[in-house]
Amino acid sequence: MANPLSNLLNLGHWFGDSFSHGIHPPENKHFTANKPIRRLPFPPELVIPLSQHAGAPSQPVVHVGQEVLRGQVVAKAGGFVSVPQHAPATGVVKRFELRPTAKGPRTMCLILEVYPGDSQEVRYFEPRNVDEMAPGEIAQAVQDTGLVGLGGAAFPTHVKLSPPKEHSVHTVLINGCECEPFLTTDHRVMIEQAADLIAGTKIFMRALGAEKAIIGTEDNKLDAVEAIRKELPADGSITVKAVPTKYPQGAEKMLAKALMGLEIPSGGYPSAVGLAVFNASSTAQLGRLLPMSQGVIERVVTITGPGIEHPGNYTVPIGTPLRFILSQLGFSGTAQHLIMGGPMMGGTVSSLDVPITKGCGGVLVLTEQNMQGSLSQDAYPCISCGKCLDACPMNLNPSQMGKLAYKHRYAEMAESFHLNDCFECGCCSYVCPSNIPLVQYFRIAKSSNREQARKAS
Amino acid sequence: MSATSPNVILRTSPHFRSTNRVDVIMRNVVYALLPVCAFSVYQFGISVLALLIVCTATCVGTEALICRLSGKPSSVGDWSVVITGLLLGLILPPGFPLWMAVVASAFGVGVGKMFFGGLGFNVMNPALVGRAFAQAAFTVPATTWTPYMAENRFTQFIPTTLTAPFMKPPPINDWIASVVPDGFSGATPLALMKFEQVSTDTMELLIGTTTGSAGETSSLLILACGLYLVARRMMDWRITFSVLLVAALTSGFFYMLNPEVHPDPVFTLLSGGLMLGAVFMATDMVASPVTPLGVWIYGGMIGFITVIIRLFGGLNEGVMYAILLANACSPLISAVTQPKIYGIAKKKGAA
Repeated sequence: MANPLSNLLNLGHWFGDSFSHGIHPPENKHFTANKPIRRLPFPPELVIPLSQHAGAPSQPVVHVGQEVLRGQVVAKAGGFVSVPQHAPATGVVKRFELRPTAKGPRTMCLILEVYPGDSQEVRYFEPRNVDEMAPGEIAQAVQDTGLVGLGGAAFPTHVKLSPPKEHSVHTVLINGCECEPFLTTDHRVMIEQAADLIAGTKIFMRALGAEKAIIGTEDNKLDAVEAIRKELPADGSITVKAVPTKYPQGAEKMLAKALMGLEIPSGGYPSAVGLAVFNASSTAQLGRLLPMSQGVIERVVTITGPGIEHPGNYTVPIGTPLRFILSQLGFSGTAQHLIMGGPMMGGTVSSLDVPITKGCGGVLVLTEQNMQGSLSQDAYPCISCGKCLDACPMNLNPSQMGKLAYKHRYAEMAESFHLNDCFECGCCSYVCPSNIPLVQYFRIAKSSNREQARKAS
Repeated sequence: MSATSPNVILRTSPHFRSTNRVDVIMRNVVYALLPVCAFSVYQFGISVLALLIVCTATCVGTEALICRLSGKPSSVGDWSVVITGLLLGLILPPGFPLWMAVVASAFGVGVGKMFFGGLGFNVMNPALVGRAFAQAAFTVPATTWTPYMAENRFTQFIPTTLTAPFMKPPPINDWIASVVPDGFSGATPLALMKFEQVSTDTMELLIGTTTGSAGETSSLLILACGLYLVARRMMDWRITFSVLLVAALTSGFFYMLNPEVHPDPVFTLLSGGLMLGAVFMATDMVASPVTPLGVWIYGGMIGFITVIIRLFGGLNEGVMYAILLANACSPLISAVTQPKIYGIAKKKGAA
């Protein structure tokens, strides 16, 4: 549980109940934390990117003009690290074309015209008994659901179910921390879909041969802990634990440290220390979809921020354009800043036509007033205050790396200061009193290093 | 179709920032210094008021002038130079000649800060550079102490304050005799301790009814102002704590060896400039190490050297040189105390 004294003195790591460092940005979850999940109507047109996950793009199996039913497979996996796509609505495939997406570059998308008169019932399902399936079968079945990490990384879930042979997973961690300010997607899913969450957890445990599972959340979501507790199996194999609210608690490395006291090795997988970490929303979807042989066609998205008239948690079909959502929920005309994901790691969108993808758990609309102060670009020189070192959850030295980045000494950053261990949580930029864009520098440095490595090979 | 909406701003994450900006932090340090300044003026009178004003004005003026000469935008707006000015005024003797204060301020900011490139690039605390310069160049005025709570302190300057530029300050023994008829030794509690083995009452050291530099006398007030900064997360409490801890341990060790000669730890902590140095000068962000382990080493070093100078050096006060020395070491301390990275085994981390 939270220890206020340890938080105040930044001694959390001495008590072993949290990871070291981290920050406490204003949570701003009150906009939506108590709003039950509601459903948004179908837009007239869905934009389904064929690459909305980490890995190879999906390959379409439908042709232009073909009618598809809601839940039908429209694209198959393009390899092992890839997933199939399912039609989020009943309608007709209008065309394939390049469209802007939240990732930035234009991506090949399937444009689906939704039939307005259809009941939009999911007719694709085939019940099956998970308890009779072998672990290998389950991994294949997980891939067939098209499930990816719904927390934001969009990494295909089934890949994590096939750890390297020398690793064995003893504990499954379900990540319900949702440490990003504003977002309440996982929070509401854990409250309202606790039974699905437990079902999904059991599937993961079975697929990996793990003996136990811990559902980890932050202590600002104790109502979710209560809801989950009611559904826990009697044998005690699954437990739920609230850890202190602190950003970036939801990073899997931080969660492993907080729940198990284990450090995932640098550059390694969680399975190296016997762990597998899955997002809570992904787990709940799996618990609902896999026993019915269905695929991911929608997800819960927190649509919030001062620029939204009706903030809330909404079930949105994959591929719904942002413009449609904003028109449904009231978009204040002065809003300038549209963020997909949370304010700490989410990206701004360049266009209102980008669709909601599987990895997008939140849409944050900020107005000009909210951004004052944050928008200011004037930076002071580094005053060596050390706040970034006290914030970095990986214990890196952002101050030193920032000075090197300023001189374009990118290779040295990676060799001597562990640049590649940075997972870009943004704590350093958040705390920097000199307004130095540290994490932004590190992104540039990493991509420059990748470029150099590519040229060299 | 996919035209960029004209009123959408593109930025990279994080989209929020903490509001503790450099100018906000520095301004709050100035606020925290004001009670100390007020008490020193109350205690020593208008001479200290003039000293503080002259030091601050000279420091600000020097920085503005050098920025202008080097064609850079003025950096006075970050408030750090105001801290330097106030601190320098507080660590000089109350009757320090104003013209010498001007020279010391200009040297401190000019050579100690701006020649290195301004805020963020200076190696040492500029106020202490100015004080060290004063100590070396104007030894007698920099070690001449005047009585506290003199009766006419709000109507009359201490005679040395108004020394004409480039002139030696006049002797003030007659003046001191006139304000304190029953005799005034002119020695600070530290000097009394070192040379006469006379301790000063703890209560007096806490409240500040002793002689000394303008702002160093009241340990309690300085500590309270430091706590304000700690509560606002604008000061690194680890540095202050480690300075005081190691100073207490070191002096406790020598006190146990020979309580007749050496002062007890409580006296060590409360006397002289240790409290002011530990709270407001050792914590100078620019000149202290950045690494979490490094700040403990740095603070411990200051506490240790201070006590060693006080006990065994020719001087009775060592805080200034201890901090300057530790300032000079802090890049090295930072370099050898790189933090242990998450997920990297210890044996590899050393590489």
